[in-house]
Amino acid sequence: MNIGLFIPCYVDQFYPQVGIASLELLQNLGCKVHYPMQQSCCGQPMANAGFEKDAIPTYEHFVRTFSSYDYIVAPSGSCTYHVRKHYDLLPQSQEVMHVRERSLDLAEFLVDVMKLDKIESRFPHKVGLHQSCHGLRGLRLASGSERVQSSFSKIRDVLNLVDEIEFVELDRQDECCGFGGTFAVNEEAISVKMGKDRIQDHKSKGAEVIVAGDMSCLMHLEGIMRRNKENIPVRHFVEILNGTQL
Amino acid sequence: MSKHPQKAADFIANEARTDWHDQSLWVVREKRDKLAKGIAEWEELRELASQIKDHTLSHLDHYLEEFEKNALANGVQVHWAKDAETHNHIVHDILQKQKVRRLVKSKSMLTEECGLNPFLEKQGIEIIDTDLGERIIQLKDEPPSHIVMPAIHLKKEEIGELFHEKLQTEKGATDPQYLTEAARQHLRSHFLQADAALSGVNFAVAETGGVTVCTNEGNADMGIHLAPVQIHCMGLEKVIPRQKDLGVFTRLLARSATGQPITIYTSHHLKPKPGGEMHIVIVDNGRSEQLGREDFRNSLKCIRCGACMNTCPIYRRSGGHSYDYTVPGPIGSILTPGKDLKKYSDLPFASTLCGSCTDVCPVKIDIHQQLYKWRQIIAEEGHLPKAKAREMSMAAKVLSSPKAYRRATKWMRRLMRFLPRPLLYLNRNVWGKQRELPQVPRQTFKDWYKHEGNES
Ligand code: SF4
Repeated sequence: MNIGLFIPCYVDQFYPQVGIASLELLQNLGCKVHYPMQQSCCGQPMANAGFEKDAIPTYEHFVRTFSSYDYIVAPSGSCTYHVRKHYDLLPQSQEVMHVRERSLDLAEFLVDVMKLDKIESRFPHKVGLHQSCHGLRGLRLASGSERVQSSFSKIRDVLNLVDEIEFVELDRQDECCGFGGTFAVNEEAISVKMGKDRIQDHKSKGAEVIVAGDMSCLMHLEGIMRRNKENIPVRHFVEILNGTQL
Repeated sequence: MSKHPQKAADFIANEARTDWHDQSLWVVREKRDKLAKGIAEWEELRELASQIKDHTLSHLDHYLEEFEKNALANGVQVHWAKDAETHNHIVHDILQKQKVRRLVKSKSMLTEECGLNPFLEKQGIEIIDTDLGERIIQLKDEPPSHIVMPAIHLKKEEIGELFHEKLQTEKGATDPQYLTEAARQHLRSHFLQADAALSGVNFAVAETGGVTVCTNEGNADMGIHLAPVQIHCMGLEKVIPRQKDLGVFTRLLARSATGQPITIYTSHHLKPKPGGEMHIVIVDNGRSEQLGREDFRNSLKCIRCGACMNTCPIYRRSGGHSYDYTVPGPIGSILTPGKDLKKYSDLPFASTLCGSCTDVCPVKIDIHQQLYKWRQIIAEEGHLPKAKAREMSMAAKVLSSPKAYRRATKWMRRLMRFLPRPLLYLNRNVWGKQRELPQVPRQTFKDWYKHEGNES
């Protein structure tokens, strides 16, 4: 099984430790992982802003870069969702279809493909889990609070393998953090207000760290907290799985 | 800054009020969750409702004709209005023929959409909204801010103040029971004097030619029972095929709307009362155009429960008025561009595409997907600022070429690391107004991988 690791552009630039943890974790689990150097972005920023046609060359580049791997794994539900859902714009060649089907968010990969059931790691802290929307409702990484079904969360499942981890229960278990890509800038006032409310929910429950599957949400929440001198650290769940301590 | 963001920012400027508004609607959403979860087959029910609506929409002409035929056979007078103006004239004609001076009205967002009140008032007809929420905003001379709870944006203190001014209640009174009682007394005289009653329609059953109206206060019934002339105005998408389909929708509607098992009154109107007149006005007003838009047609499945508004984190924090249309919130944002793409071009962007609206919708409208699709059309037709289009096409070039990406990010990183803070947080940096930029690490992942990443 040959895995192509996709590290989204903002993770590459601002959160390299998340990329490193993803790579190391997969390798420690015995996977053959390759990071294609020519990768850039999945094209989501343009598409969500209404310029999906402009994003086509980026989509094509993505497909060229990744079509030879058995799985394309990314520590981002949002980008994965974009590839799976919105690459319907391209002519559906074998390569395109392969890339769309085999792009998995890291949590999906660990749960559905690797069937991970144990991990060597310890994290003796109270964790607030932020369920990022695109992973949650786009990839169904967890049961959304709107739907009537038995509850599950793939990210929580893998985190539960970590020793001594504890979760706080939020008032609003899966409300959006307000990032939303260009929304964060277009609708600055609401975006920040949503972020503040999200942080408050975690804070009031005594979360020592806010964890998510998408660094974009965390970048937004962290940005607000740093400005307001609140210091709840943020982490991608893969960092915790891979043994990073606070 | 375009309109929604500006209005939202104004709303949020009063943060305590925003919190109150957000929380009031969240309570409704929680009530809805509780009741929905009480029905094990909820998701199947949604699917069924969605299929019935899909089926109806693809045979809409057939069902509308069947509905008309059966309504006529029941002795109902059926009218067709292609737009808001025609609708208003039809209602006015009916009233004029019967020399109606006073009309009581209940539960109709459609007449709001058509601007019926100001139109009739201009013709010298007194028109009284009889549902409490509607009456409040009518007294306040404001548009509704929610389709199910039109006055949800007003606090009880404000309502007390308004009633004191208009209905001579005690100054400073805020007790909901006292205020409701005052409104009831005030409305009673109007009910007794009205010559005609108008209501909206929740469902129109093709098989029987009857209409169903769901309310909690019973004012629609009161009006209709008392007045000799009854008028029901409906959008043409309200039709459903059979009487037995009704149960599917009534189970979903009240639970989704207010978290009740069923509305207090679910009234079926089939034929005129002895000696009375019953009219049904079927309104298009852009609906058939929407039906013709493949990507957006299923927005017509909407049963107007308002659940997408209650769940929407944007709506809850920006208030219904920020959308500037009778139907606000997520569903409003996919209906409005069909009406006026330019005027409402900002609304499909007033979303994080979190998808909560889609999952809460009892008839499974893919709301956030449609918002995404409108964005593409709006950009393509040039309704976005030119600078934005330039930015995006530049980003597209950079992101599709590994070399350009490397160059661009190198520069960005340098700027972010070495630019003095005041320069970095210039006015134009909207991100940085209330947020710090992410810290720039020494190495990107790519750099690290090149030097230290070993392939397994
Ligand atoms: S779109 Fe769905 S959730 Fe929103 S009002 Fe209509 S039926 Fe209700």
